[in-house]
Amino acid sequence: MKAPSTLAQKLLAKASGRDAVTPGEVVNCRVDLAMFHDSSGPRRLQPMLDELGAQIWDKSKVVLVLDHFVPERDDGARKIVRIAREWSQAQQLPNVYDSEGICHVVLPQKGHVRPGMFCVGGDSHSPTAGAFGAYMFGIGSTEMLGVMVNGELWVRVPHTIRMQWDGQLAAGVTAKDMALHMIGRFGMNGGQYQAIEFCGSAVQALSMQERMTLSNMSAEMGSQVGLIAPDATTQAWLESVGVEQVEMEGLYTDEGAPATTYRFDASALPPQVAAPHSPANTKAVDAFHDVSIQAAYIGACTGAKLEDLRAAASVLAGRKAAAGVQLLVAPASVRDQQQAEAEGVMEVLRQAGATVLATSCGACSGYGGSIPDHANVISTTARNFKGRMGSASAQVFLSSPYTAAASALRGRITDPREVLA
Amino acid sequence: MTDIALQVARVWKLGTDIDTDQLAPGAYMHLGLEGIAPHCLEGVRPEFAAQVCAGDVLVAGPNFGIGSSREQAAGALVRLGVKAVIAPSFNGLYFRNAFNLGLLLITCAQAEQLDDGEQLQWGFEGDIPVLVRANGARLKGEPIPDFLLDMVAAGGLLNQLRTRFGKSPQPV
Repeated sequence: MKAPSTLAQKLLAKASGRDAVTPGEVVNCRVDLAMFHDSSGPRRLQPMLDELGAQIWDKSKVVLVLDHFVPERDDGARKIVRIAREWSQAQQLPNVYDSEGICHVVLPQKGHVRPGMFCVGGDSHSPTAGAFGAYMFGIGSTEMLGVMVNGELWVRVPHTIRMQWDGQLAAGVTAKDMALHMIGRFGMNGGQYQAIEFCGSAVQALSMQERMTLSNMSAEMGSQVGLIAPDATTQAWLESVGVEQVEMEGLYTDEGAPATTYRFDASALPPQVAAPHSPANTKAVDAFHDVSIQAAYIGACTGAKLEDLRAAASVLAGRKAAAGVQLLVAPASVRDQQQAEAEGVMEVLRQAGATVLATSCGACSGYGGSIPDHANVISTTARNFKGRMGSASAQVFLSSPYTAAASALRGRITDPREVLA
Repeated sequence: MTDIALQVARVWKLGTDIDTDQLAPGAYMHLGLEGIAPHCLEGVRPEFAAQVCAGDVLVAGPNFGIGSSREQAAGALVRLGVKAVIAPSFNGLYFRNAFNLGLLLITCAQAEQLDDGEQLQWGFEGDIPVLVRANGARLKGEPIPDFLLDMVAAGGLLNQLRTRFGKSPQPV
């Protein structure tokens, strides 16, 4: 009989063509999908591929998303975006998404991510795909060159850290609050590049986009991946975007598999806020009730998906942001924005005073220029490193979309449960 | 298994949580490595980039290289001639990027015992990094797989690929 295995071990055994793998051993894995964007991809890869005279191993497995430097704000951005467009045309890449949203959200929405896959991305938030039971992590541009040429790369089989969330989240408390709480407890390298697996009743109860938020922020814990075992929720969501025949048999951690487990009570979790300048500076929202804010940013792959927009709108329906608060909304994808328009969610946000920005990485990666200097900003993004959002003098606090919207409403950091009807 | 004769290196001692913005500051990221390297670590050791010599090593506390996936944070050190970074732990993405760019990382639980400015001898016993302090004390690092040592010896993944495709290896 086979020894009990974790989900991470099973995914890596499949990718390396073995029956089983052991934590600590190094295996070579075949890549099912390689994603990069305009910043990490063509502008770095093209010169190296040209110099080598090498070809891409399998173009059908490559996805390019233009999301960082679009819409182009200056000549530097125009050059980078032009390289991406011209190179992808010359290469005849079949999967290119230009200005359709942020890569980690667009990738699953276009049906590219499925349970059981082994994927790499040229971006540190690539573990987002772990929400679908896919083993995906970020790599640098030189390593991506290796993948383009070889179609495989090495992985040291990680130990598994299971974050088991029992109970049920309260209304107005989200996956973002769970993520911030764990980063606050374990720190930014607490994951030690091992595999984190989120499990328990509160995780199983999460929608697909909420699960994506959880896996997305596993990057801030320094793990390699942030996995969630696929289930009926995963299957239904994938079928809704046109994926046929979702295979997920056996994609879970066996009873008795080697793992370290930490347990949390979701029912007792209050909304969380991370103070400047680290996601690890997290405390319950109460600790910040006297902090006034001048801007609220609802954006990024972490915090501006359809359900994030709905959460913000549920707080702001029929209300307006406080005087002196700039409310900025940058939906994570065109698809999510269109659905939010159809549901009236975008209109609620505009009526509340929101300025709607482009569906791209925008201010989260410091390219948007929309975060005011010397301001306290509450943001639904993933990182609040000093200067990251384009202003070294801004103080950025991280929160869920509920908390960001409630804070915009009151003009100070606010527990959304105080204002939710 | 490669046995490398002991090399002598000057130690530059740094603190914990050295992040990729300190190694490759965002304000210079639009430049190439020649523009980024002079600003490497300027926030914590302003004299570093000007005074570091080829063959020197960095010693740091836990969590070296946290933050972004930008590989220039490893490339800048290679460009300045740094041979190795010795720390109790590294960010995983930085670890991959470093070896891919030809920078040796030595994981050593006792790294913080080393002193700034110390003349350190270092080498390998098989795949195990060995550090010999000026006072004779010996520290060992965690074993490093041969394929990663080969990558460092070649000057990084790009140089390995250059050789494979019949091109000449080049310095970073």
